[in-house]
Amino acid sequence: MATSAVKNPDAAPAAAESPEAVVVRFAGDSGDGMQLTGGQFTLSTALAGNDLATFPDFPAEIRAPQGTLFGVSAFQINFGSREINTAGDAPDVLVAMNPAALKVNLQSLKPGGLVIIDTGEFSKRNLDKAKYTVSPLDDGSLAKWDVLAFDISALTIEAVKPFGLGNKDALRSKNMWTLGLALWMFDRPRDPIEQWLKAKFKSKPDIADANIAALNAGHAYGETAELTGPLKKLHIDPVESAPGLYRTITGAEAISLGLVAGAQLAELPMFFGGYPITPASAILHHLARLKEFGVTTFQAEDEIAAICAAIGASYAGQLGITSSSGPGIALKTEAMGLAIMTELPLVIVNSQRGGPSTGLPTKTEQSDLYQAVYGRNGDAPMPVVSCSSPGDAFDCAIEAVRIATQYMTPVMLLTDGYIANAAEPWLVPDPDNYTPFPAKFLEKKNAKNADGDDTLLPYKRDATGKRPWIKPGTPDLMHRIGGIEKQVDTGHIDYAPDNHQAMTDIRINKVLGVDVPDQEVALGETSGKLVVVGWGSTYGPIRRAVDNARRKGLDVSHIHVRHIWPLPKNLGPLLHSYDNVLVPEMNTGQFKTVLRDQFLVDATPLTKTSGQPFAIAELEEAIGKYFDNIPGNEGGEVAVNDTQLPSPEPDA
Amino acid sequence: MNAPVKFETTLKDWETDQEVRWCPGCGDYAILKAVQRTLPQLGCDPKNTVFISGIGCSSRFPYYMESYGFHTIHGRAPAVATGVKLANPDLDVWLVTGDGDGLSIGGNHMMHVLRRNVNMQIMLFNNEIYGLTKGQSSPTSRIGTKSPSTPIGSYDRPANPCAFALGSGARFVARGFDISKKLPEVLIAAHAHQGAAFIEIFQNCIVYNKDVFEAFAVPKGAGDHQLWLEHGEPMLFGDPKVGMDKGIALDTETLELKVVSVVDGDWQSAGVLVHDQTNRSIVHMLVEMEFGPFPMALGVLYDDPRPTFEAAVIEERAKSSAGKEANLAKLLAKGQTWTVEASEGHPTD
Repeated sequence: MATSAVKNPDAAPAAAESPEAVVVRFAGDSGDGMQLTGGQFTLSTALAGNDLATFPDFPAEIRAPQGTLFGVSAFQINFGSREINTAGDAPDVLVAMNPAALKVNLQSLKPGGLVIIDTGEFSKRNLDKAKYTVSPLDDGSLAKWDVLAFDISALTIEAVKPFGLGNKDALRSKNMWTLGLALWMFDRPRDPIEQWLKAKFKSKPDIADANIAALNAGHAYGETAELTGPLKKLHIDPVESAPGLYRTITGAEAISLGLVAGAQLAELPMFFGGYPITPASAILHHLARLKEFGVTTFQAEDEIAAICAAIGASYAGQLGITSSSGPGIALKTEAMGLAIMTELPLVIVNSQRGGPSTGLPTKTEQSDLYQAVYGRNGDAPMPVVSCSSPGDAFDCAIEAVRIATQYMTPVMLLTDGYIANAAEPWLVPDPDNYTPFPAKFLEKKNAKNADGDDTLLPYKRDATGKRPWIKPGTPDLMHRIGGIEKQVDTGHIDYAPDNHQAMTDIRINKVLGVDVPDQEVALGETSGKLVVVGWGSTYGPIRRAVDNARRKGLDVSHIHVRHIWPLPKNLGPLLHSYDNVLVPEMNTGQFKTVLRDQFLVDATPLTKTSGQPFAIAELEEAIGKYFDNIPGNEGGEVAVNDTQLPSPEPDA
Repeated sequence: MNAPVKFETTLKDWETDQEVRWCPGCGDYAILKAVQRTLPQLGCDPKNTVFISGIGCSSRFPYYMESYGFHTIHGRAPAVATGVKLANPDLDVWLVTGDGDGLSIGGNHMMHVLRRNVNMQIMLFNNEIYGLTKGQSSPTSRIGTKSPSTPIGSYDRPANPCAFALGSGARFVARGFDISKKLPEVLIAAHAHQGAAFIEIFQNCIVYNKDVFEAFAVPKGAGDHQLWLEHGEPMLFGDPKVGMDKGIALDTETLELKVVSVVDGDWQSAGVLVHDQTNRSIVHMLVEMEFGPFPMALGVLYDDPRPTFEAAVIEERAKSSAGKEANLAKLLAKGQTWTVEASEGHPTD
């Protein structure tokens, strides 16, 4: 067995013995089970009381050819004893299960970081597939890092030998061996993983036992290797968090639970129409298992049928919901217009991904904001709510349901591939703390005609501007609705010029009148030199970058917008109270355009469309530039100095 | 679903106060009257009746029916109707569509509503033309149809709506035409069928495709040109004045249908087939039977019910939620959890 453990004498320590936070990336072939390893490591980390954020990064191909560069799947986790906002810019520890995983991920590893390598996969054939002419284990190219290279494959086969598995099956436990080692490194208990393995392989106890044996072997290896190499046991203290019950949650789970909670608060059965698409399908999968909550899930023949069936269900008195990702949302667009015209409640969840067209199905982006706010034929206003983190997605889903049912309108709920897949610890909310908003249906005629008789006006509005919701099956309220322009009040077909003007204004004003909470400042002051304005999944990196900058004494604040449309009424004046407005987005500057248009504010874009979230360092650099002209602060890279950057006086 | 109790209405009760806006002489008027005449016979209750349509001349239909109505978007009515039926299976849903709406832009939805077997009546008005958009050739237009989009005649092969429906897995397929007195009978059979009931209704577009069905739809010569199918009855047709002197038989050599002469009413010895509305193989031949050499097959061609989609969805929902409690607080706290105790820095309140 070729074990090499090289401690680089020049490299800075990868992490102190009890660091505040550590970033670990598990990388392997897409068949190696890295997402599973990462998921279980996340759970054990959460149970240890650390704050954390994760970033699963996997190929679009289901089973890319084994050992290839494009078949590499990775899972990154950042965990610590302080608040964690992102999955971390660069790993401290990289686990590379094959040459391709090493090649794809090595450059992001921090200098001096630790790389753990399975030499069992470093065959000539695998090196060729990863386009290595010489093995990186032999050519000195790993000198910048601490290297722990040994034959994990052989050790795994050895460990599961008693269970009589063939080599192929035995190697499937390799990820559990690796997980065992990682659990040892970070001083984590193995029990929860053992329980999970037993439950997962309930019907195949020998497979469960083999995996547990691999897990234990990896753990035991840690003890031995510690004596001779760079491997060190690290202990991360629990983070100080608000008291209460916690669990880990991904964005897709949180949205599903939030929609269920929203339906309960509205006192409505839920109808969910979906069509398989990455990364939105997870919501369909979650809800399909929650039928006892009055949920009907319908896998439609296409995206259009999914939204149309949801509209039909809303028309019949249920809460219609549909979900997709960018290209699927594009297909649903015409039907959104129908829901706007017929003024029926509907929630459309958009799990954004890289575009245009098929784009980058498994990579994240925020490039559907124009589509959400403007992307329909005609003047077709629609409220838009955006989630900023997995946990936040729960509350945003409830908010989307509230607006849809209280204003009789479709609502788009924006999330993205990063939020959908990422996990974070979540303080489990008490459903009793949410105020119910029961939906009301019209039960009898709502107006008088010229003769003083009771009559029905399906488009008569209440003080909030919404029309009544009328369920088919209600006696005496038969009426017809459709996509053709409606007459004010009666809802009859009406093409008259004045009527179309009136109805267009009514629809616009109804949506602009949606009650949206005032915008708060996430971090910092309500005025100052610079504000960083974000929306969606950029919350984590912006929060951390602004926090870091403020610790240096820079006068910068963070505003994160949940209500993209209508925008909070105080947002305009608030933005004008800062000297500079910086808008980082994972698109080419879409929200920046909306802000400029709505508030005539000189918003500066900071854009990124690489399919990867912002790194904290990228944002810190951008923030620093605003302070370049202040003497002593070129680049913003100075030590904390409270007197150095006093906040300017707010404008009179 | 059929109303369990017969509700008393008259034709007038089903008329709305809206001015009907089809062209004078349009076949749609006759279909509208036939439907308004049939619903009282069926004992339908307007409050539980929903007409759902797509886009096109036919799709204006809901505005003229004093029931619930939803005029949706082009081709999507089957999807909207599926949502309505899943949300409230007790509603009696009638889908109104046309050859362009139902077979071109909405062909996919039509296929799936049929194969899923959602319980509703689907009336496809086939006028072999796009009327509302001013006369372009449609997916059922015959080859050579001159239209603004095919000035020297269309050249794409037409679709056969009933063959499409049967191929999609429909369990009820019927045919009628606008001015036929037998149309209500067909509608009644469709309504009695539990599941998706597909009815192709030939409809005369007086402006853009006038009289394309004249060859079989006019009373003159109707006996020779119309084969009205009835379950358990021989497939006979012919001029009533001379008796039903022709029949449809199966050529056992080629496995194709053929027209045979019936002498002195002895259809048995002529080998005339008896219509079995559950015989899918023969029905496949009947829907493909070419008008000209053969009469037009009309009436209930196929009726062989299977469990409906709504029933399956309800059953699955019951199965999936059996023994489970709808407790949101428990759901939110599901999986592995941990508790953070209150400390000085974080008071519980």
